Amino acid sequence: MDNLIVTASPHITDNVSTRKLMGNVVISLIPCVIASTLIFGVKALLLTVVTTAACVAFEYIWCALTKKKNPVGDLSAVVTGIILAMNLPASLPVWMGIVGAFVAIVLVKQLFGGLGYNFANPALVGRIVLFSGFATRMTDYLGVTPRGVQDALSTATPLQVAGSTPLGSLDGEALTEAVDKISSLPLMDLFLGVHGGVMGETCALAILIGLVFLVATRTISPAIPVTYVATVFVCFLLTGNGFQFALVEILSGGLLFGAVFMATDYVTSPFTLKGKLVYGIFMGIVTFAIRYFGSLAEGVSYSILLGNLVTPYINDLTEQVPLGYVKPKKKEAEKK
Amino acid sequence: MFKKLKRSAEGAGVPHVKATAGVATVKMPAPDQVTLLMSQHIGAPATPVVQKGDTVYVGTLVGKAGGFVSANVYSSVSGTVLSADANAVVVTADGNQTVDPSIQPPVVTDRDSLLKAVADCGLVGLGGAGFPAQVKLAAQNIDYLVINCAECEPYLASDTREVLECSDTIVSGIEAVLKYLGIKSCIIGIEANKPDCIDLMTTLTKDMTGVSVKTLPCRYPQGAEKNLIETCTGREVPQYGPSGKPGLPADAGCIVMNVTSISTLGKFLKTGMPLVSRRVTVDGDAAAKPGNIEAPIGSSMQSIVDFAGGIKEGVELGKVIAGGPMMGLAQVDLSAPTKKASGGILLFSKEKATLPEPTNCIRCGRCINGCPMGLSPVSIVKAYNDHNLEELDRLNLGLCVTCGTCSFVCPAKRPLTQTMAIAKVFQRMGGNK
Repeated sequence: MDNLIVTASPHITDNVSTRKLMGNVVISLIPCVIASTLIFGVKALLLTVVTTAACVAFEYIWCALTKKKNPVGDLSAVVTGIILAMNLPASLPVWMGIVGAFVAIVLVKQLFGGLGYNFANPALVGRIVLFSGFATRMTDYLGVTPRGVQDALSTATPLQVAGSTPLGSLDGEALTEAVDKISSLPLMDLFLGVHGGVMGETCALAILIGLVFLVATRTISPAIPVTYVATVFVCFLLTGNGFQFALVEILSGGLLFGAVFMATDYVTSPFTLKGKLVYGIFMGIVTFAIRYFGSLAEGVSYSILLGNLVTPYINDLTEQVPLGYVKPKKKEAEKK
Repeated sequence: MFKKLKRSAEGAGVPHVKATAGVATVKMPAPDQVTLLMSQHIGAPATPVVQKGDTVYVGTLVGKAGGFVSANVYSSVSGTVLSADANAVVVTADGNQTVDPSIQPPVVTDRDSLLKAVADCGLVGLGGAGFPAQVKLAAQNIDYLVINCAECEPYLASDTREVLECSDTIVSGIEAVLKYLGIKSCIIGIEANKPDCIDLMTTLTKDMTGVSVKTLPCRYPQGAEKNLIETCTGREVPQYGPSGKPGLPADAGCIVMNVTSISTLGKFLKTGMPLVSRRVTVDGDAAAKPGNIEAPIGSSMQSIVDFAGGIKEGVELGKVIAGGPMMGLAQVDLSAPTKKASGGILLFSKEKATLPEPTNCIRCGRCINGCPMGLSPVSIVKAYNDHNLEELDRLNLGLCVTCGTCSFVCPAKRPLTQTMAIAKVFQRMGGNK
């Protein structure tokens, strides 16, 4: 009786834990891993396993060296590893995946203080660094030929079929031709993912299954992916090049994968519903601008990175209105 | 959707675990001794009006309200006063439970006589806050009487049992308050997890004008006063009242009364017996026999637990909570006496009482989206750690009701509510630690 535990209320907690949430993300990524293995072969699975193992190993080693509590059990490194792997082309040499894991876990996550303190999504920066460092290998989507690929898709990722000239700078026939080329891509193939691209981004079906699981388990709110993708869709629709064109644009490249798995990273996305909507719309506009007016075919990673960087400001500007909130009077503020 | 843009205020999906909701109340005989605290309510303590050696009966006044915001305290047993000081009056019970001969139903004819009757009842908010009821009911320009039967705290079932066992006095209490205070509407808010209470109250009130039953969503803290008002009437209690002080329900034209409070008033108007006993839920994984005990106020927690069946055999008692698991107070031992507003005694085993270690904040925003008041606990905790008083003011820390939602929902198990409670003290002391 004399050794009762005395603490301040509340005395119970929810059974949701960091580990469970990260576990949910891992489960939601399984369809993408399976799809990438089916589409690109066992090489894809090998790269995924090695990259993920490297992330976990780097996290463990770093924390052991710096005498920090071992955080591997929270599964966040596993999530980073799988997401990073899904951002790599299947043909990438395995050692490059390990380099990406080092950048993600050590440089972006642990050097800034570990889980919760990173300014940008670790997997995202890992991908961007690999893209800058090994541009040719990172865009070598055909080193491993996707199964059942048709001619129109076999050249490269769908976004590259129209060449590298920005669509926004084309006019007249050249624009019509480019748009026709993009619009003529078979939608079903895009949806199922049998085309060139990095491992996780090609199969829209697998990504959507993951999204449904994440939303159903209340791991994420659908606000960010929905506003992000919808904004891109509306922007492309507004260019007046037709419905089919806009649909192909949202089904290709890393948009769906980025919107569902990377833009929704807790640490680097806004807190409130209002903030999430602003964030989604912001990234959508940036993605559209890069893809349509820029010379890069891909714009998702840079949009999300920019989104990550402005998140603290979005948080400040989109605070909730407390129940019964009364604005402080100006006069009083001046007196102070 | 647009309201969600303002604030999510999702609350917490706490487990209900109301094992005793279907267990009939058992009346506990008078214990050997009761300790009647002079401060069982918000406001000034009562002043003892008896002396050592005096004979008292059930319902005898032992402490007189010590100010405007205060409440009378009555003896819950018959016997002899063992000691009387500014803290408490201790009465040794004779076991006969003789009722004070002067007790008779009050004569209520108008507003003033009703308010006097409420004061004579010694009534305070029985949901846990303990605010003197006559002060609350004296508010003017009231449109709604809101009856709080949310009982959103897990385990507790004393209000549920009050509805099922004493529905007639709930109805007569509501009738009296509406009639004499001239209030047009009454909304009885009951959480959806109590369908039998909803059915019963709907049937009983269907012929009463202006009285309706509102089914509340099962989201903790639905029974928090300001949230209850918003759900039932759509009104928001303003942060500051006209005087610049923190806003009260009356500023939104509402009076909120706990269902057991209104029932107690109904009983007093019928019999004249003031508030001397109340129902206490005894539950928790270390309780041998969870149940609802009607105990004289001032009984020690030990005596109630013993009467209920004691500690489960083979279980090591880890924590004793007076009240619910979300807002209740952990006890050092079982010696404390119950108060008017004590609705539960929870006995937790060592495993249940040991909370997980906190880990890094993953900035998921669950505390922000959960906060029923629309605050940002994670920012408030940061501002407190920085000892930034201005930022604490800007973040409206004063609105925090320490309901426990943020700590409950945190996946990293961080003690947010606990830190906010400390931050409130820090703020009150003007930044001096």
